[in-house]
Amino acid sequence: MLDLALLPDGGIGWLDGSGEHADIVLSTRIRLARNVEGYAFTGRAREGERLRVLQSVRDAMPHVSSLRAGVVLRVDEMAPNDRQLLHERHLVSKELAGLEQLQAVRGGAAVVLGQGVGVMVNEEDHLRLQALRSGLELTDAMAAVERLDRELGSRLPYAYHDDFGFLTACPTNTGTGMRASVLIHLPGLVLTKEIAKVLAGLQTMGLTYRGLYGEGSEVLGNFFQISNQTTLGRSEEELTDHLARVVRHVIQREHEARRVLWRDAGYIIEDKLWRAYGTLRFARSLTFDEAMNYLSGVRLAVGLKLITGLSVYTLNKLLIFCQSAHLAYAEGRALTESDANLARARYVRQALEAEADPLA
Amino acid sequence: MLCEVCRERDASVHLTQVVKGEVTLVHLCPKCAAEQGVETTVTAPPKNVLGEFLQAVQQQANTSQADAVRCTYCSMSLRDFRATGRLGCSRCYSTFEQSLRELLRRVQGSAKHVGRRYVVPESNVLERATTMGELRDRLRRAIENEEFESAAALRDQIRDVE
Repeated sequence: MLDLALLPDGGIGWLDGSGEHADIVLSTRIRLARNVEGYAFTGRAREGERLRVLQSVRDAMPHVSSLRAGVVLRVDEMAPNDRQLLHERHLVSKELAGLEQLQAVRGGAAVVLGQGVGVMVNEEDHLRLQALRSGLELTDAMAAVERLDRELGSRLPYAYHDDFGFLTACPTNTGTGMRASVLIHLPGLVLTKEIAKVLAGLQTMGLTYRGLYGEGSEVLGNFFQISNQTTLGRSEEELTDHLARVVRHVIQREHEARRVLWRDAGYIIEDKLWRAYGTLRFARSLTFDEAMNYLSGVRLAVGLKLITGLSVYTLNKLLIFCQSAHLAYAEGRALTESDANLARARYVRQALEAEADPLA
Repeated sequence: MLCEVCRERDASVHLTQVVKGEVTLVHLCPKCAAEQGVETTVTAPPKNVLGEFLQAVQQQANTSQADAVRCTYCSMSLRDFRATGRLGCSRCYSTFEQSLRELLRRVQGSAKHVGRRYVVPESNVLERATTMGELRDRLRRAIENEEFESAAALRDQIRDVE
């Protein structure tokens, strides 16, 4: 079984609830897609090539400041639950973890976890450099991933073209190879039914949105991932500045929606949110979707200062730790769905009990 | 609970309405809710733009005979690209340069990188020399076999690298 103690900051530093607007913005991620010159792209490479790509990253690690003390995890050699666990922690994509239907884990799939940054190796592109931060922290994430990129790129020859920029397996990533995304909680806009307008607006502004787990995942617990849609024709800075501006505007709209809800339907909201808290605090069995929805309610209640004494960190941790691979890990055994529902309710109950009692 | 409008189907949409400070709860079935223009679900996230992109490739491949061309490094063709949506290697970008330029303009709104520039590290110049040697070998073979079209492409590639 995977030893989580090996991961720098347990791989959950990004949950600590720090950073700007941390009550609404769960996390900020910036990833850069890069390929190493001299090898076919991952999907067309032979296993030997993929292993050489991985070796070249290992060789470069001592020369890259943020990776010097990093660990290399061979995702391809892991048990399914461990791969799922890394995915649930947002450290590897579904594709790298081999959790996609019809696509088993690839030989040579690995993730390097360093100081505040990570590199997925042999994902759709040879390298996916990424920085994950708590709250809205685009500048900090960008600085970290840019430095990693500079240092790694001076050791490994990246595939690059003067006109097309950094070359990627999928042409929708070519150019900067950058996807900057912000995971944001918008229950106010969902409840006031303003969300459809906001989401449609994003698309006219060159941005797109996804569910909690990125591409192809559904919207769960009112969490939306907003990111840049294009990667070519604008600089990294222009893209992140634009995203930051739009996200700040969305946050403002969310605050307004919450004010309207509270003003016009205060007691209904109050009732709904306390019911959510009550269910989480006392339920004996919880499905993941249920837990996500009630946690969304409690998060809103904390934002409205209806419930006090519950930290954003605890709420963030609950989101991650009540997923099935995390529960199985904690219980030390594989769980059936109903066992997982029981374990989930127990975990959530204990976590809430450990916090200051909002009723006291 | 029955729908308050049709009184036939089960109400599964419970709408909290706030009209002039008056709060009311309305119970509707999905059908009547839709008729009243109530959004009951958050729209699914947009599909990857890739679908559109691949369609564009398809149209383009139909109008030209680009399908037959294969990348000299990974032997991918535009047909393969259409099937997977992924290019095979960095050299595909030179092989299918014209098609890609057009497609990138369509999908990304631009075909010109303006972000961070990058220069391949010095220590890899040697590797590039190997590439050149390989290209010259291929050019020689192409001329010997009287494959003039690919010879011309190789000559252009050598010029690019130089």
